[in-house]
Amino acid sequence: MTDPWIALRRFTQARIALGRAGHAVPTQALLDFQLAHAQARDAVQLPWNIDAFAGQLRDIGEETLILQTPVSNRSEYLRRPDFGRVLTEESRIRLRNLKASGVDVALIVSNGLSSTAVERRGIALLQTILEGLRVRQFRIAPISLVANGRVALLDDIGSVLGARVSVIVIGERPGLSAADSLGIYLSYAPKKGNTDAERNCISNIHPPEGLSYESATKKLLYLIEESIRRGFSGVALKDEMDGLLAEGKPLIE
Amino acid sequence: MKYTQNFKGRSYAFKGLKTLLANASPLRSADELAGLAAVSEEERAIAQWILADLPLTEFLAEPLIPPEEDEVSRLIAESHDYDAFAPISSLTVGGFREWLLAVTTSDQAIASVRWGLTPEMVAAVSKIMRNQDLIAVAKRCSVTTRFRNTIGLPGRLSTRLQPNHPTDDPKGIAASVLDGLLYGNGDAVIGINPAMDSPKHVENLLHLLDEVICRHEIPTQSCVLAHVTTTLELMRRGVPVDLVFQSIAGTEAANKSFGVNLALLAEAHDTALALGRGTLGDNVMYFETGQGTALSANAQHGGIDAQTCEARAYAVARAFSPLLVNTVVGFIGPEYLYDGKQIIRAGLEDHFCGKLLGLPMGCDVCYTNHAEADQNDMDNLMTLLAVAGCTFIMGVPGGDDIMLAYQSTSFHDALYLRRVLNLWPAPEFEDWLNRMGIFDGYNALSLGFTPPRLLGVINELTGETL
Repeated sequence: MTDPWIALRRFTQARIALGRAGHAVPTQALLDFQLAHAQARDAVQLPWNIDAFAGQLRDIGEETLILQTPVSNRSEYLRRPDFGRVLTEESRIRLRNLKASGVDVALIVSNGLSSTAVERRGIALLQTILEGLRVRQFRIAPISLVANGRVALLDDIGSVLGARVSVIVIGERPGLSAADSLGIYLSYAPKKGNTDAERNCISNIHPPEGLSYESATKKLLYLIEESIRRGFSGVALKDEMDGLLAEGKPLIE
Repeated sequence: MKYTQNFKGRSYAFKGLKTLLANASPLRSADELAGLAAVSEEERAIAQWILADLPLTEFLAEPLIPPEEDEVSRLIAESHDYDAFAPISSLTVGGFREWLLAVTTSDQAIASVRWGLTPEMVAAVSKIMRNQDLIAVAKRCSVTTRFRNTIGLPGRLSTRLQPNHPTDDPKGIAASVLDGLLYGNGDAVIGINPAMDSPKHVENLLHLLDEVICRHEIPTQSCVLAHVTTTLELMRRGVPVDLVFQSIAGTEAANKSFGVNLALLAEAHDTALALGRGTLGDNVMYFETGQGTALSANAQHGGIDAQTCEARAYAVARAFSPLLVNTVVGFIGPEYLYDGKQIIRAGLEDHFCGKLLGLPMGCDVCYTNHAEADQNDMDNLMTLLAVAGCTFIMGVPGGDDIMLAYQSTSFHDALYLRRVLNLWPAPEFEDWLNRMGIFDGYNALSLGFTPPRLLGVINELTGETL
């Protein structure tokens, strides 16, 4: 049975006027929901082919470094967010041995909660970001690729590299409407123990419905330049940016 | 105090009541993350043995956080009623479980010990109860509240209509509200989680809901789930606020991280009462809670396990005679409740603990996409809760909240529970549904009928005649 108010659907993406079979949803609506949930579950559960991702970056001339967190599998990743926020000691030593100095921007990529998002969109977004950073002549460390990372990893890696600003591109928690959304987080003067309030976030990057790579990059470059100029990042910086740039609502990571 | 037990040559010792409670708690990821969970199943089972032998008076003697350090502990101590406690004062935790289940204990007797119980006693007994015990005892607890209708009567199940929209677009929200009403949802409250918390923004949403409710004379109440300070400011400016919302937790420190304390909640409560907008009663507060909230709020759990901490939040809630309390059980993710099994257990525990303490307990039966759960788990939990006499559940279009990006129960789900368990909406709302021709007089939707008045609103929105 269809609902006579189906014309209301134009006003919202919500699943309204689904119709019914007795008290329940019709078969098509049922299967539509289950497909969306299946895509979201796959995005969370499927592993990230990090070696192939590194290969693609090398093919376009980028230097990469594959690092590890202490997370041993996806189930542990979900249960122990604290494990995803730090590098293993071995990875930290490798990073330290780079003897990086004078780095402006540490750039990190992790699948986070959506491998689908990094697999599908990671390279394209990185290319736009890297081009923007180079135009502005920022010194960039080799790109750190870390599976099963959380946002706070940017402070661990950024502090070891002694970077002025640390940036992580990470798969966001999938929703039913978008399972392949990326987020970018930024931390000025990264150090372990920094809180969410000291970071800035650009979320919902999944064109064409969500934010485009170009808009995300524009915001990121603005945040990097302003945080360096002012000497801080986080809530205080966001308040100023909101006046200048419209921003999407951050999703929970 | 040290609690010890020897078992097959091994000795177990738990230092303090907090540790004992945490170790006795059925497994959940929040306690593992906080480093509070038992290290083995045997340790957990032994802790449950020791807990069962503990006299209830022990909980009065050993507060989990000293009252001088925590205002929630002070509230618990000060609101404890020794006279109400008297009939059960000689019982152990295990004996209390049996007393709750006994046919010789009347439902009235259970209700009369409410203010003699502390949240810790209630949490303790829940830890040694099976799911069926939690259902059976909760079913015996009747809690009725009123604002513009009567919530919580036996044989009734209410729904919160949750018409969220990612940008709070008024037409988008109105479309979901109409859809929900036409599916018979919304008697607990029509409640929006705003995408933005600014006062002007929240004010617009409150006016939108007030207009819908007034224009169609719907016996229900509205709420925009903004921070209590925002709502206070709006009430002072004369904006139509029915219910005051706030998320709360079980420790002073966790509440502080939410930007609230008992004095602020009392001020909001008094201000809402003074508005006198309820026609049938003066239950004006709407609280949300959920296991793990204290842990997620910068680990402000004070070493107390997630479930006990949650029960302490109910002590905060009941100080303000709320219309509704909602445990948002699977919302904050698998690091707190890992899978369907843990979510189901937690939902039943919260409902039981809330009801035993005298709260109008509902449940957002929900999960996120990174939890090991799906809609089938939600079907199980909502059915179990409905059997247990749950006060209300959520009604979200298609079960998919497009603003908060999680899955809950749908308008259709409530119809399912009405059909299989013969549960009716709040009586005043039921009358309205029948008068409007939305329901058929027998607790089910009318066949293919759209009431002319609501059809008119739809036509106004779409600018065309359907």
